[in-house]
Amino acid sequence: MNQRQFPLPPRHRDDDGHAAPTMHIAVARTPDTAQGAGIKIRARDVNVFYGDKQALFDVGLDVPEKAVTALIGPSGCGKSTFLRSINRMNDTIPGCTVRGRIELDGEDVNDKSIDPVVLRARVGMVFQKPNPFPKTIFENVAYGPRIHGIATGKAELEAIVESSLKRAGLWNEVADRLHQPGTGLSGGQQQRLVIARAIAVSPEVILMDEPCSALDPIATAKIEELIDELRNQYCIVIVTHSMAQAARVSQKTAFFHLGKLVEAGSTGEIFTNPRDSRTQDYITGRFG
Amino acid sequence: MLTWVALLALVLFSGTTYVAARRKVSVAAGGLPRNMHSLPGYYGAYVALWTGAPAAFLVLMAALFGGRLEDALLKVQPPAAVAQLTHAEQQVFFDDVRAKAHDLQASETVYEGPLGVALAAKTAQARQLELLINYGAVAAAAVLALSGVFLALRRIRPDFRARNKVESWVAGLFIICSITAILTTVGIVASLVWESIRFFQAVPIQDFLLGREWDPQIAMRSDQYASKGAFGAVPLFAGTFLIMIIAMIVAAPIGLFSAIYLSEYAGGFSRAVVKPLLEILAGVPTVVYGFFAALTVGPIFRTGFHALGETMVGGPLNGVGLYLMAVQNQMALVAGAVMGIMLIPFVSSLSDDIINSVPQSLRDGSLAMGATRSETVKKVVLPAALPGIMAAMLLAVSRAVGETMIVTMAAGLQAKMTINPLDTVTTVTVQIVTLLTGDQEFDSPKTLAAFGLGLTLFGVTFLLNVIALRIVQKYREQYD
Repeated sequence: MNQRQFPLPPRHRDDDGHAAPTMHIAVARTPDTAQGAGIKIRARDVNVFYGDKQALFDVGLDVPEKAVTALIGPSGCGKSTFLRSINRMNDTIPGCTVRGRIELDGEDVNDKSIDPVVLRARVGMVFQKPNPFPKTIFENVAYGPRIHGIATGKAELEAIVESSLKRAGLWNEVADRLHQPGTGLSGGQQQRLVIARAIAVSPEVILMDEPCSALDPIATAKIEELIDELRNQYCIVIVTHSMAQAARVSQKTAFFHLGKLVEAGSTGEIFTNPRDSRTQDYITGRFG
Repeated sequence: MLTWVALLALVLFSGTTYVAARRKVSVAAGGLPRNMHSLPGYYGAYVALWTGAPAAFLVLMAALFGGRLEDALLKVQPPAAVAQLTHAEQQVFFDDVRAKAHDLQASETVYEGPLGVALAAKTAQARQLELLINYGAVAAAAVLALSGVFLALRRIRPDFRARNKVESWVAGLFIICSITAILTTVGIVASLVWESIRFFQAVPIQDFLLGREWDPQIAMRSDQYASKGAFGAVPLFAGTFLIMIIAMIVAAPIGLFSAIYLSEYAGGFSRAVVKPLLEILAGVPTVVYGFFAALTVGPIFRTGFHALGETMVGGPLNGVGLYLMAVQNQMALVAGAVMGIMLIPFVSSLSDDIINSVPQSLRDGSLAMGATRSETVKKVVLPAALPGIMAAMLLAVSRAVGETMIVTMAAGLQAKMTINPLDTVTTVTVQIVTLLTGDQEFDSPKTLAAFGLGLTLFGVTFLLNVIALRIVQKYREQYD
């Protein structure tokens, strides 16, 4: 890898897309390539500010392709902030500035040449609270394909909706009521609907911000099962408060604390043999 | 005067009982608040309320309705000479009696013979009655206050739940206030209905609601021309409707789009500037809009149309040109456009609230799908807010329909059935103003027509508001 340093702030630097700084990289571990997949997202020196308050400090993380990466850590540690900087959702928050480099397939997402609208079609997102639009189930899933002009005809759109709902494991439950409001579904169904909506535009990455925190255990189990299936096709990054969930669904885990990335590595390693004492304390429930 | 003295005395007296009750409970509890159910102040308030409130209520009622009571008592068993008079004459007689008794300006009627005697007798009786009512009320209030102290103080013990009792007094106060508001509304509607019934006795209701001619001139003498008058309200409602439509064409898009700008696009700074400016627009009195319409917008429009007409005269559109050259300052377009401007802040601030109440999670969801801001607004935010926006529009329509000042100054007086915005039209509210200003006769349909119009207008706006509030309620349930 062609490594070189450049002065801060590197945000709008027009780079060739392969450069990455080596300064202040909190994670010194080699990316785990246990799954044999490449690196999908490479973050270096990410600093995020909400006005004057700094929320992330020099975060560097590699997110592997076709695997689930879990971000864990106590509340307010910056894991959601990091997640939202990957698809530039932080742009929508007034006063929020992101510095550093986040590469998606080697391209800096904060580069001027990147259109956040296109980026967000490539990087889907699922939120904490299910947020189906006040439209029918069909229209919810068809939303992305429609605005991006993915389907050329009605039949194709219907096919996309059907396959997305099937992949989200919701088809059998809603096939006979596609034209009823999506808001009428149960919480767990709504969350799967939102996942179907996200995968309808065939994203490469799916970001999940505590997708199960508003759900009951049964719905949670279903979503986790779904995440496990989806990992064969997508790069998934999930923020979770539940360490058990992180252990169950993820292959890689990153532990954040007070805006800093403390440690990242394969999930098995983090949970059985953490290097940092803070990680140890957190996963054994001593704080957080 | 007596009322004020009595009220002041009551306040002082209840203040004393407050202190007395506090002291009593403190002594009984050995001076320790933890031995009492409530804080000492509640015991004081409880006794003070029972002392002051009923008595004060009685004094106030006597002040408000004492005159009516006196009047009613005077009219019981009128002297034979008076009983022979007509109803109207009796009314004048009794008015004069009360005027003489209270040293007010009496009518110039001369009462002679038995009537003069009756007048003197009744005047004396009126004076007596006044004293009786005033002092009677004060005496009764004193009795009430004293029994209040007696009964309430007797109940004061450390374990007495004074806090809960005072709570019910407070609840009662709120209930009385809301009942006052409701009763006032009922009173207004009742008076409208009452006078309207009198109007509909003179003019059949179907002629009023379906009649297509409005000409409320009624002759003073029966041999004059136009002795009947025409009371068909359709042209007035047509004019109102035309102006309302023009106003909404102006206000709905501008108001809604500025609300979208404010809630979805504006940064902190422009929001901080634009929103107060819009609110200033909302604070401009409608009469100012009225003369803005009549003196500024009207002449500008007329000059513009005249200039446009001049270019057409002699050409293939000669007729249109001639028409344009004849338009007046007062036209539906001017009144409607200015009314629309008046409604912009109304529409925009209501829509702004509604758009802001659409959960942020929906916007995030749409943006995270790769939608642009305007796609998000168009496809997610507006559909979600649509019911609320519809309600806001209906409320704006109901304001436009009831708006008076602008149309009075800028619309005109001639009742016409037209959809031509360049024509002079008149509205329901303008006609009510014209009918009720100047000389009035409350037995002529010409004056009473105002109440018929008012009632119909009230019905229309009431219906609009009910529908709008229903929609808003339904919409709220979706997200709460």
